[in-house]
Amino acid sequence: MGASVLRPDGALKVSGEFAYSSDLWLDGMLWGATLRSPHPSAWIRSIDIGPALAMPGVYAVLTHEDVPGEKFYGLENKDQPVLAIDQVRYQGEPVALVAADHPETARRAADAIVVTYGEREAVTDPRVALERRMLVRHQPVRVGSTFSADVVVTGEYEVGMQDQAFLGPESGLAVPAEDGGVDLYIATQWLHVDQGQVAPCLGLPPEKVRLTLAGVGGAFGAREDLSMQIHASMLALRTGKPVKMVYGREESFFGHVHRHPAWMRYEHGATLDGRLVYVKAEILLDGGAYTSSSPAVVGNAASLGVGPYEVDNVHIDAYGTFTNNPPCGAMRGFGAVQACYAYESQMDRLAAACGLTPVEIRIRNAVSQGSRLATGQVVDTPAPLAEMLRDLDAMPLPESVSRDLRDLPGGVGQTTHGDGVRRGVGYGVGIKNICFSEGFDDYSTARVRVELLGGEPHVLVHTAAAEVGQGLVIIQAQIARTELGIDHVTVAPADTQVGSSGSSSASRQSYVTGGAVKTACEAVRERIEKDGRPLEVILQDGPIEETREYRHRRTFPMDPVTGQGDSHTQLALCVHRAVVDVDVELGLVKVVELAAVQDVGKILNPLALEGQIHGGTAQGLGLALMEEIQVRDGKVLNPSFTDYLIPTILDMPPMQLKILENPDPNAPYGLRGAGEPPTLSSTPAIAAAVRNATGLPLSRVPIRPQDIALA
Amino acid sequence: MDFLRPLTWAEALEMKAERPDATPIQGGTDVMVEINLDKGRPTALLDLAAVAELAEWTRDNGTVRLGAGVSYTRLIAELAGDLPGLAQASRTVGSPQIRNRGTVAGNLGAASPAGDSHPPLLATGAEVEAESVRGSRMIAITDFYRGVKRNALEPDELIRAVRIPVATGPQYFSKIGTRNAMVIAVSSFAIAFDGRRVGTGIGSAAPTPRRAPEAEAFLESALDWSGPLDADVARRFGELVRDAAAPIDDVRGTRDYRLHSLAVMARRTLTWAWEDHLRCA
Amino acid sequence: MADDMTGGVPVATVARVGVTLTVNGADYRLDLDSRVTLLDALRDRLGMTGTKKGCDQGACGACTVMVDGKRVLSCLTLAAQCEGKDVTTIEGLAADGVLHAMQEAFVRHDAFQCGYCTSGQIMSAVCLLAEGRAGSDDAIRQFMSGNLCRCGAYGNIVAAIREVRDAGGHDA
Repeated sequence: MGASVLRPDGALKVSGEFAYSSDLWLDGMLWGATLRSPHPSAWIRSIDIGPALAMPGVYAVLTHEDVPGEKFYGLENKDQPVLAIDQVRYQGEPVALVAADHPETARRAADAIVVTYGEREAVTDPRVALERRMLVRHQPVRVGSTFSADVVVTGEYEVGMQDQAFLGPESGLAVPAEDGGVDLYIATQWLHVDQGQVAPCLGLPPEKVRLTLAGVGGAFGAREDLSMQIHASMLALRTGKPVKMVYGREESFFGHVHRHPAWMRYEHGATLDGRLVYVKAEILLDGGAYTSSSPAVVGNAASLGVGPYEVDNVHIDAYGTFTNNPPCGAMRGFGAVQACYAYESQMDRLAAACGLTPVEIRIRNAVSQGSRLATGQVVDTPAPLAEMLRDLDAMPLPESVSRDLRDLPGGVGQTTHGDGVRRGVGYGVGIKNICFSEGFDDYSTARVRVELLGGEPHVLVHTAAAEVGQGLVIIQAQIARTELGIDHVTVAPADTQVGSSGSSSASRQSYVTGGAVKTACEAVRERIEKDGRPLEVILQDGPIEETREYRHRRTFPMDPVTGQGDSHTQLALCVHRAVVDVDVELGLVKVVELAAVQDVGKILNPLALEGQIHGGTAQGLGLALMEEIQVRDGKVLNPSFTDYLIPTILDMPPMQLKILENPDPNAPYGLRGAGEPPTLSSTPAIAAAVRNATGLPLSRVPIRPQDIALA
Repeated sequence: MDFLRPLTWAEALEMKAERPDATPIQGGTDVMVEINLDKGRPTALLDLAAVAELAEWTRDNGTVRLGAGVSYTRLIAELAGDLPGLAQASRTVGSPQIRNRGTVAGNLGAASPAGDSHPPLLATGAEVEAESVRGSRMIAITDFYRGVKRNALEPDELIRAVRIPVATGPQYFSKIGTRNAMVIAVSSFAIAFDGRRVGTGIGSAAPTPRRAPEAEAFLESALDWSGPLDADVARRFGELVRDAAAPIDDVRGTRDYRLHSLAVMARRTLTWAWEDHLRCA
Repeated sequence: MADDMTGGVPVATVARVGVTLTVNGADYRLDLDSRVTLLDALRDRLGMTGTKKGCDQGACGACTVMVDGKRVLSCLTLAAQCEGKDVTTIEGLAADGVLHAMQEAFVRHDAFQCGYCTSGQIMSAVCLLAEGRAGSDDAIRQFMSGNLCRCGAYGNIVAAIREVRDAGGHDA
């Protein structure tokens, strides 16, 4: 534990042998395709599947009438139809399915289905939706009664719709089984919640819907909701043949939820020396057409809406709206990202108003162990924010402006030779809840088996936890090795033959599945110790196997009126400093360096941990400077990698990292989840640096060139 | 879709005469996107990659004859001295992988207003050598672009080569993208000095790539070739370049930003070119 | 082997072409729809799924392979254009079960997370060294900029390439 053990799947991944869901193949399999709505809001007057069915090579064409069981599914609220029934509520909503013997035939057959729509008004402005009270959740936070102060700063902020943009589009293979059930090989974040949604819609008991994790080409929240799981299963059950579905890049943009775009109004009041008196905020998150995980996202935005700062008077209203925009749900940072951008922007304004540095204003208000959050929850584990900020501030700054085109804003596009380039430095602080919150029964299950193989003890760790790239398979093996002192450890493929591990999200798997593996290992160890004989001797009687569930500390719902409650089990902090060069005339930005300090409680694997911080930071950079799904009148304008831009290797600068280990006594090994916090703080740090370079207020991310150049 | 694969230029011309509907394909970096996304759907492809003579370039009488099959990678490696503006533009094309396959002729065939090679071709007064079984003709670059993704080629014609004057003075290419690599131009601009004439080219800011003739004429009358660049002249030049553009709002950028950025790029590239001019003078 | 792996023939087929592909040193005779990309031929006809499809339009680099020693995007290359050419994919880098130095360096430096972009990154990195373009970190970044990594392992990718460059005597 604590060593940079390498990934067990590494050799497979570098040699091209690792089987991602899109690589699966069975002889005689069919290909599925989805017909999607071109309209954000319409009645479906009629669907004629005849022309599609008549095409050679087509085996099945299905509509909502063919859904064998429940017609609706959903993570938190079953409001999303498996296939549209009588109406569509967003552009890209699945309307019909085709299975054919060739992917192109399937696609052309889907195009041949004739759907008559009657377009109707689409509600695409979340402010209109708010006025009409089309709300998925409204969560207030009310603390204190002093809402005046010597220094008051206000601001309105906007966050564009970000996409997870994993590189491996949605894909899966459904295989009909002899027992009338289905075996589904799928790239997902949470096998059991998929199973729990798929089975009822197929009209099958859960045990007849068996899921196995196929190789996952990135997730970042986008695989928490279902994509084609039910669709492929329906086609397989109907045709009696294996059915593979693979989305292309464009379809992928319509095939998963996005990060909620946000409109936020903040007012911060402080004393003359920069101590917060109150925070008022209205946070509007557009959830789009269906519920997905919007309620929990709204909860996070509310409970973490003032950030990691001590403030006695809080008045927050966080809203999630229903509109005819693309559905939004989970993405790395989950509701905390949007608020973080706004409250950090406010802290900079406050610093300026009080004549303090950005670091000093944050230190003066920083939470620490014992602080009370806006929800009334007391931070009962180390939270050394002030120390982290001092560490960050002490890191050396990078050198002055380089003249190499590749180091300048605009890159080899040669828009400047240094003309108009100004440097800026900015800071950002983020606080993220780790694990599921608000009373959710959040647990993981691990089965650990020790047996003799070739005369030597081997450990098999079996969980349903999804390895999505974060390195969970390494962590599980490291824990088993540490707990049992046995070198040979294999992590079995994740499937539903063992209990749920919960989602690979909320930075929770090292904590919860790590905890489950640790607990199961301890149970195995206890049996060995109780037996008293040497391990090799015990194992000659047969394997030792123990299965354990692990739960983190209980959390509680937020009060629906005051927002009070111990809603989170663990909180994690990350701070970023960004150094940017901005071509102030053209509005182009080069991020020169990013530095971060994060407290992870306990480092399990330094290499994998640094990868998480780099990756989270890069996605925050993307949100700050380039990533936005542009939606107009409910329609996505840029569903491609030529127009939805994610950072390249030239956009992501070198990083300086400092990682602290102040253990959380409640967590296994004292660890703190690490994957999300850096996604929060890098965005406001970069935005602040660009403001510092330009002197502009820049109240929207991503910052577009025209926001600077034409300001 | 029929797949035609001539091995010689003569064979290619005959095939194109027989099948004027055939879409020529060289590196495939434009054509294949259309096919993969199921747009366009050509009835036939004419693969020119095996035609060896296209992959050559020659220099003659102050002109580079750039064969239609010369990749951007080779252009950058072999012609950066002769064709600095075009080489700078080539460096910004897609990615290293794209530059290994993509060609200037392919860019001309696609005639997208955002193509990176167009502005330097316009600024240097290049000519397109078009050929068919009926014969060969030279098309001035200013006559080549006929509309969004439309060019002046007849249905039976193929691009044999592009003829570009060897640089006699400073040249610069500048391109706005919203990230630092692998990006389609939001707007782009090229400038080329040839003796006391200044050529210009504007990309991604009108239905076709185009020159800025009034800006060019203004410089010819306003420049004092022996002294430092008057800041007002540079600024006015930028404004005239801007005024020559007719951009739209789209997902990559707004009309107003495109106009603004052209004025800035034009002013800056003129300034850089002027510094080079003074250094050499 | 290959033809067993296809399902039916797409309805829109107009013309088929016979192509001999040389992939990782072995010849494969294929009868293909003329529109089939090298990427689809590798994945769906030859069962070589190491090369990945990420965007269908040359904007991500996941499908990078080597054709006659040069890195190209297999999604923008027709299989029929590769007649008589030498194609090397990620599956062809390891020799006799021993990983290529670049593959080892990627593992050692944890230069990936989900790994979906990794085949393309490694093919690009191997070519980068052969091209002599890995002289500095700036150069590595510039010439690796056609390969997106959404997990953000860029820093470790640079480190892996640097290490192979310094150890292998490739490049300057």
